[in-house]
Formats: sequence, structure tokens, C-alpha cells
Amino acid sequence: MSPLLHHALVGFIVLNVVIGMVTYVTLLERKFAARMQSRIGPYYVGPHGLLQPIADALKLMMKEDVVPAAADRWVYNLAPLAFLVPCVLIFATIPFAPGLGVADLNIGVLFFLAVSSLEIVGLFMGGWGSNNKYALLSAMRAVNQIISYDLPFIFAALVPVVLAGSLRMSTIVEAQRGAFGWFVGAYGVLGPLAFVAFLVATLAAENRVPFDILEAESELVAGFRVEYSGMKFALIQLAEYAHMIATSFLGALLFLGGWLGPGPAALGPVWFLLKAMLIFLVVTWVRWSFVRIRVDQILAISWKLLLPATLVLLMVTAFVVAARGAGGS
Amino acid sequence: MADAEARHVIEIGYGGNERLVMNMGPQHPSAHGVFRAILTLEGETVVAVDAVIGYLHRCHEKLAETLTYVQYPSIASKTDYVSAMTAELAYVAAVEKVGQIGVPKRAQYLRVLVAELQRIASHCLWLGTWCLDMGGALGGGATIFLYAIRERELILDLFEALTGARLLYGFHQVGGVRYDLPAGWPERCRQTVDLVDRRLDEYEAMLDDNAFFRVRTQGVGVISRELALDVGVCGPLIRGSGVAYDVRRTEPYSSYGDFDFKVPVETAGDCYARYRVRMVEFRESIKIVRQVLDGLPAGPISSRPGVKSVGQVRIPKGEGYTRVEGARGELGCYVVADGSAKPYRLKWRGASFSNLSILPHIIPGHKVADVVAIMGSVDPVFGEVDR
Repeated sequence: MSPLLHHALVGFIVLNVVIGMVTYVTLLERKFAARMQSRIGPYYVGPHGLLQPIADALKLMMKEDVVPAAADRWVYNLAPLAFLVPCVLIFATIPFAPGLGVADLNIGVLFFLAVSSLEIVGLFMGGWGSNNKYALLSAMRAVNQIISYDLPFIFAALVPVVLAGSLRMSTIVEAQRGAFGWFVGAYGVLGPLAFVAFLVATLAAENRVPFDILEAESELVAGFRVEYSGMKFALIQLAEYAHMIATSFLGALLFLGGWLGPGPAALGPVWFLLKAMLIFLVVTWVRWSFVRIRVDQILAISWKLLLPATLVLLMVTAFVVAARGAGGS
Repeated sequence: MADAEARHVIEIGYGGNERLVMNMGPQHPSAHGVFRAILTLEGETVVAVDAVIGYLHRCHEKLAETLTYVQYPSIASKTDYVSAMTAELAYVAAVEKVGQIGVPKRAQYLRVLVAELQRIASHCLWLGTWCLDMGGALGGGATIFLYAIRERELILDLFEALTGARLLYGFHQVGGVRYDLPAGWPERCRQTVDLVDRRLDEYEAMLDDNAFFRVRTQGVGVISRELALDVGVCGPLIRGSGVAYDVRRTEPYSSYGDFDFKVPVETAGDCYARYRVRMVEFRESIKIVRQVLDGLPAGPISSRPGVKSVGQVRIPKGEGYTRVEGARGELGCYVVADGSAKPYRLKWRGASFSNLSILPHIIPGHKVADVVAIMGSVDPVFGEVDR
């Protein structure tokens, strides 16, 4: 098999796995939220509501696709794609087990961070193209927020990179091998702090409560996607959840030791999935417990607290690693 | 008045001077009914707000002139449909005042009982929807909303057992109340308020020291004591601004003087102060409910015979005004009688209406997100605003 064909095949499989996961992660979230709210959640479509995501997807596909008369048609129609493509593209660098991934780039983390930031273009296109005041306001908030939170997100993600001395995802995971080697516990408080900062920045980067000001359905109705319906709405939803899962995977890779775990190596992907879902559930747990905060408060948290904190963390990590290297550990 | 103009524009020196006019409502997830706020924005900051009401006008006062004193109490409950019991009470109390009709002690106690249960139910809905406004239907707000609605359902179950209805009751009638307590109801009521009391602890544990909740509510929508008195807000709003004014205490009606309860007062005047006032009111209402159940006297539940025809009650010529403390504040009813079976004229003084007039004074200068937080803390019910 030629390498190109091989990559295309793996890419196709990963894409479909991602889409399947996204649909079922929505069910997981709905069930989890229902339990938190003393409800049952989806139950009637299939056993225990297991077919609910498929029913939802079918419903969205069959819905009328409404384009507002005043919309900027090109921008409006392209926005869901511009939003979806970076969110799915970032899965390319995630190895699910040693050698099991589309491309284990030597700049994997950098690629992930760079491409995931591109989603803002799609977001703003949607907000602008809809020609709706709510959508525009939401798109402005989105730009504000994502620019503010990308920096702490990147700095927090760079801590494991410095610890492992590599930008390649698989190398970072292998560097965590050992009894207590996961970077979440590295150097006393250093690892946990970086992990917490990473989680907070993740919430903001994924636009989840308490940082979901661009969706803000009680103020801006549904924000930038208020005018979208049918399959375009489904694509936006897909992109959001894909981004969320990808970030959970990244967190599991960088901090929780990826596929490392007890048992035979074949269990690796299972461990990896469990760890990523753990991060996802923490994010969900936060989402369904807090109220959202205001745009100025969000910016204040980022610039006054999170950014300096992650910067200091990164520098301390660098010093610690350099000192260890000098000591010949 | 602090500001004679309805439209109060603040200047924030934004430089660009590009203003965006945005409609919030009448169909909006946090419009709490059909309220329309025309916001003028500079960036995210609101510089002016025009409040537009009237989308739910149903000619209630005219309707009252065409309905007899027997018929109208069940319609009066539709003015403030979230707190129907106190709306009915205001009407029958006004009619009784004009007609100088006595109310038996047991009926007075039953009226207090349902009014306080209604306050608990209404505050449950307020807490839920307010958090929904701030936390989103897909977020922590929805969690609190579902918890609060769960407790409200329990109170509504009690009302259903008592009157057969869950939202609009027709429980009151001129001269007393229509239904006596069914067998086993007092025990069930006690269990329910005990449960609500415990659940209130859970809400407070979840909200009181919640950093996100506090930054959204503290210092937001501050109503100073002077402004509150000038504009004439009432209920939890004025108590949250440091004025100990409660009709139940200043002008006791329906035997409220027999019960021991506190009038909570907070001085900060912000959304958090109003939240604290209402949380204490929950507890005080539960206290009053327990006292009523303990001291419920025996006797008739109405001073008038059972209704045989709708025109049976005739009120002599005269006029009178009564006020009661509804869940949202002072609810007044003014009745002019001409000796027939129907009032000649009726005027409602809705608490939500006068509370809503504070919005143009406190919203400008806040961010868009605060608009919904402030509106939720005012707790308007548009059936009562527009009538």
C-alpha cells in the first residue's frame, strides 16, 4: 500500500470515528446532566435512549435550511465549514496508541494549538454573515475571548512540552512512563497547577459555561448561530463537540499519560479514551453547576490572573528542567 | 423623582460614538413573559433602555366591571398568575372593606396559609428563572431551575388537593374562603414545608458563596435607598435597599398580627441583597405556615351562605382600597361599588408594574449580560404589569 493511500484510509477512519464519538458524547452529556438535575434524560429512542443522537441527526438533516434574506450568503454558507474544518483537522495529530493515528508530527502540539485557534474565523464569519445583531455581538465576544484565552491555553500546554522536551505527542506520552510519571503530578504542585490552568483555559477555549458568553442564550438568544438551522446548525454543533473532545484528548495526552495504564499494551486506546472522557465529564460537571460570568470579568480573569500565572508556571518549569539537566538527573 | 425623564441616557465617553440599538423582547428567552426592552449599546455597555409594556394587556379592570363579586375572584387570580392566591385576596379584601363584611377567624388563617404557601411557590419560580437568566438554559442555571421547580411542584400539589387547581385557584370568596382543608392535608403540608426548608439549605450551599454567582450579582443593579423611595418600588426590592417596609407588618390584614415573623432587610441594594431578602422570606413564610397549622381555630370558613346564584352578593354604594403583600410587593385593589352585584369601577395597583419602572434608572451603565440579571432580580410578572 502506498503511504498516501495508507494515510487517506487512516484519515477516513479517524474522521468517521470522530463523528460517531461526537454524536454519542452528546448523549453522554445529556445523561450526565440529567442525573445532576434529578432527571432521567433521553430514554425513549432505543434502549435507554441509545438511538437518540441518531434521531437528532436525522431530524436536523430533514429540517428546512433557512437563509435570512439579509444575510451575506457566501460568508453565511461558508461559516459552518470554516468552523468545522479546523475542529476536525486537529484530530490528525492525536495518536490513539503508539503508531495509531493519522500523523504523529514532530510539531504535533504546535499544530494542534495553531489549527484549533483557526476556528475563530468560522465563528466570526457566522456572526457577521448572519446580519443579526445578536449574532454580531456574540461574534465580537468570541474574538475577544478566544484571543484572550489562547495565550494561557498555549502556556499551560507548553508545560508538559518543556517537561518532555518534545513537541511530538507520542514522545510526550512516553516521557510520562513510570510509576508516578504522569505530568499531572510532576514536581509537587507544578503539574497539578498547570493541569488546572489547562482545564480553565479549555473551558474558555471551548466556550463552555461559565465562559459561554458567545452562546449566552439568555442574553443573545443563541449567539452567532441564532440564524442557522438544519444541517448547517448540525455542522456547527458537530464542530463544537469535536473541538471539545479533541481538547479532552489533548489534556489526556499532555497531563494524564495518554495510553499508559495497567494491563497489556492493547488496552492503551481504552485507557486513553477513559482519561479523555474523564476530562470531558469534568468540563460537563462544571457546565451544569455554574452560572456564566460577564464578558469583562472573563477578560479580567484571563489577563490579570490566568496569563501571568501560566507564564510563571512555564518559566518555573523551564528552570526546574534546566537545573535537573545541569545536575545530570 | 431622581430623574424626571423616562429615558435616561448616560454618557460613557466611548469615543467612537457608534451606538447599536438592540431589541430585547417581546419574544426573548429571558423576557419573563412579553417585555420589550429597547437597548442602546455602546460596545457591550448599555447606555439607555426604553421599556415597552402592554403586550399582555387583557382589559382586566374593565372585565371586573362586567363580572359579579362572586365571579371575579377566579379571574383576579389571572392578573398575577404566578401568585394567584394573593391577587384573589386583594380583591375580596377590598370588596369586604366596602361592604363591611366580616371574615371568620378560621377563614382569615386559611387565607394567610395559602398566601404564604403561594409566596414560597412564587419565590421558587423566581429563583429558578433568575438563575436560568444568568446561567443559561444549557448550564448551571438550568440545574437550579429544575431544583426550584421540583419544590414548586410540591406546593402546587398541596393547592391541587385543596382547591382542585394548580395555577389559578378561585379559593377566596367574599366573606371567607371556598374550601376547607381536606383530611390529612395539614400533615402533608407540614411534611412539604419541612422538605422545602431542607432543600433551601441546599440552594444556599450552592449559591451563597459561589464565586461565579457572587460576581454576577454583587454590586450589580444597585438601587439606593433614596432612589427606591423616589420611584416607589416595593416588596423585596425596597427591603433589599434598606427600607423595612412590608404591608403585613405596617398594616396587618387577615390576622397577620397573630403571627411571629421577621421582615428581612438588606442594605446593599444590589441583586445579591434582593436574593438574600427573598431567601429569608422563604424561611419566614415557612415559619408562618407552621404557626397557622399549629393555631388554626375551628369554626366556619365563610361569613356568607353558600353561593346559589352569581348575583347573590350585592355591595352597598361606597368605595375602598386594600393592599396586601404579594410575593412581588404591595398589591393594591381599589373598588367602587354602586349597590349592584358588580363593581362600578376597579383599579389594580400591581407590584410588578411599579417595580419595573426602576429599570431605566439602574440598567444604563451595565453590560448586556447584567440586563437579564437585573430584570430577573426585579421579578416582574407581566400579567400583573399589563393586566
